[in-house]
Amino acid sequence: MLHQKRPEGDKHSKLFESVTEGIHSFPGGFVVTTAADAFLNWARKSSVWPVTFGLACCAIEMMATFASRFDVERLGMVPWASPRHSDLMIVSGTVTIKMAPMLTRIYDQMPDPKWAVSMGSCANSGGPFRHGYHVVKGVDRVIPVDVYVPGCPPPPESLLNGLLLLQEQIAHFKRTGRRADPNAKVD
Amino acid sequence: MTSDQARTLIGARFSSAQIDGPGGALVVTVPLDQWAAFAQFAKDDLGCRYFSFLTAIDWKELGLEVVVRLDNLDDNMSVTMKTRPGPGVSLCPSLTPLYRGANWMERECYEMFGIQFEGHPDLRRLLLPDDWQGYPLLKSYAVDTPYPPYR
Amino acid sequence: MTTASPARLEVDYAGSERLTMNMGPQHPSAHGVFRAVLTLEGETVVGVDAVIGYLHRCHEKLAETLTYAQYPSIASKTDYVAAMTSEFAYVRAAETIGKIEVPKRAQYLRVMAAELQRVASHLLWLGTWCMDMGGALGGGATIFLYCIRERELILDLFESLVGARLLYGFYQVGGVRYDLPAGWTATCRETVDLIDRRIGEYESMLDDNPFFMARCQGVGVISRELAEDVGISGPLLRGSGVAWDLRRADPYSSYEDFQFLVPVESSGDCFARYGVRMVEFRESLKIVRQVLDGLPEGPVSSRPGLKSVAQTRIPKGEAYARIEGPRGEVGCYLTADGSAKPYRMKWRGASFSNLSVLPHIIPGHKVADVVAIMGSVDPVFGEVDR
Repeated sequence: MLHQKRPEGDKHSKLFESVTEGIHSFPGGFVVTTAADAFLNWARKSSVWPVTFGLACCAIEMMATFASRFDVERLGMVPWASPRHSDLMIVSGTVTIKMAPMLTRIYDQMPDPKWAVSMGSCANSGGPFRHGYHVVKGVDRVIPVDVYVPGCPPPPESLLNGLLLLQEQIAHFKRTGRRADPNAKVD
Repeated sequence: MTSDQARTLIGARFSSAQIDGPGGALVVTVPLDQWAAFAQFAKDDLGCRYFSFLTAIDWKELGLEVVVRLDNLDDNMSVTMKTRPGPGVSLCPSLTPLYRGANWMERECYEMFGIQFEGHPDLRRLLLPDDWQGYPLLKSYAVDTPYPPYR
Repeated sequence: MTTASPARLEVDYAGSERLTMNMGPQHPSAHGVFRAVLTLEGETVVGVDAVIGYLHRCHEKLAETLTYAQYPSIASKTDYVAAMTSEFAYVRAAETIGKIEVPKRAQYLRVMAAELQRVASHLLWLGTWCMDMGGALGGGATIFLYCIRERELILDLFESLVGARLLYGFYQVGGVRYDLPAGWTATCRETVDLIDRRIGEYESMLDDNPFFMARCQGVGVISRELAEDVGISGPLLRGSGVAWDLRRADPYSSYEDFQFLVPVESSGDCFARYGVRMVEFRESLKIVRQVLDGLPEGPVSSRPGLKSVAQTRIPKGEAYARIEGPRGEVGCYLTADGSAKPYRMKWRGASFSNLSVLPHIIPGHKVADVVAIMGSVDPVFGEVDR
């Protein structure tokens, strides 16, 4: 149950995969796939819609980030209540044992490609409540996480930093859908 | 109704109750069989219609202790009632028929200490999942007891 | 060829079929993790089963493992929207048992922090409540953005005082941890004057707004008798006609030195609670001005210079310390046994008792009213689930 891994291939259809592989193996085909990658990744990272998943204190700082002083909407992130139309889940707050199945259910309802940001020390590792009997020691035991934002709670500047890091990760989302290595260097 | 008048009334009516508490604070320890009767007396005769909280303390070998605080908002007076069911006993009469605020408080006390409240309309777990084993706030329960499959 | 229109289906709805609808732990009402299983007859709610505990973080058990110096910053995570008042209850309980003196300057600083926190908390309440009722992409976001703009000013003040925006470790057993930095009082006075003017703008937007009044008046009426029986407190109690404010009834930390009004309304509906909180804004700003004018010199703690986490030992005893938080009576029932850690700590959360009134007042209302009532009850789930 430690450190959930993402399923490989992000559920693309076999036909789509074979077509892109075919284009790529054609002489000069890499120009098409890399141009398509660049365009699609730019489109994806410029309109990441987070699902409003506030659990605890970090949710208040997340709301402050969505408000006018720190404004994530200029990055294209429109907070959206329905998981079915969202790309990103910002887990802000402590994940308890009672809440974990609900969290998994909301994560499963999000369509691919989707990302998850673990905000705050409770979501990173259980935080100050790590030794409690009802606390899950980090949300990465339940869902795969892309960016960890430390803090208790992380001020909006830190969360914005984490979201910008996520945008750079998305820019490395290679071959029209296959993710970068887990330790992708951000340049 | 001042706290001195309340002391006199309690002493007259409940001879086996023990009244402590410095100055204005009234802390009354009643035997378990007079628990509901004392609460009714506090509501009707002492004017304590405000239900503040209900909780329990685990005194290990001495058993559990249930603590309830009732306030009289008009006269700015409060009564803290306590009872000890005894070592190994975890039954207590419910105050929910008297005070609706006791409903959730007694459910939480049941799930944290295992105290069965007789007469409670809906005694089930409140904060923890329904299939939780054990009573967390007892001293015999470790704070980091694992709950499979979470390690 | 005849194209007959489909036969009209006569549906016999006698109105007695019940639908169970889940208003799950994740919903856009932005109040946190609360699950209400509603039983509906058409659009009217006939039963509510409130399922809580999705944020149960074992505060009471953890408090038995943490010392009196370590726990106050964890205490701020119960009512995380009003963290200053949360720490206050725990620290006051420990001081009552240990009969620890708090210097006058520290008392005044505590009052100022608590009142500024009350304004910040009410700003968040107003913003999120109006956003719930108006819709995040509709008109509701207007008031939300304005209120958060003002709240950021207060959080800036806290950041320059303590170093943190939301969760502080400002209160310590014996006093407060930090003194005011240079220039803080001038900034504070400016901020207070600015917020005073802006509250007038919000009142003009809402007080005679027909949609707002239609959604709030007559909705969620809590009778005086129900209020006392269940044990609700704060603006809910004062909105139902009970003139009870702990700052007046049981003054602590020099509250008796300050002049302020306690607003009371008698109709008991959402509009009454809104009115109570709007007056409380101005009264809290008044108290802050009085504190700034009369702040005495002196030490900020009677136990400064913490050398180890186990330094503060409280002798055997028990006490219940309660303070008037923005949501009501926040109390800490502490049993100490002479060591550096408490034997038992019970957290009497204001939102726990306030939320338990919901199953009594929601039945009979429409689904849309559930959102308005939940917002006016203003629960914070760190306090409910602890």
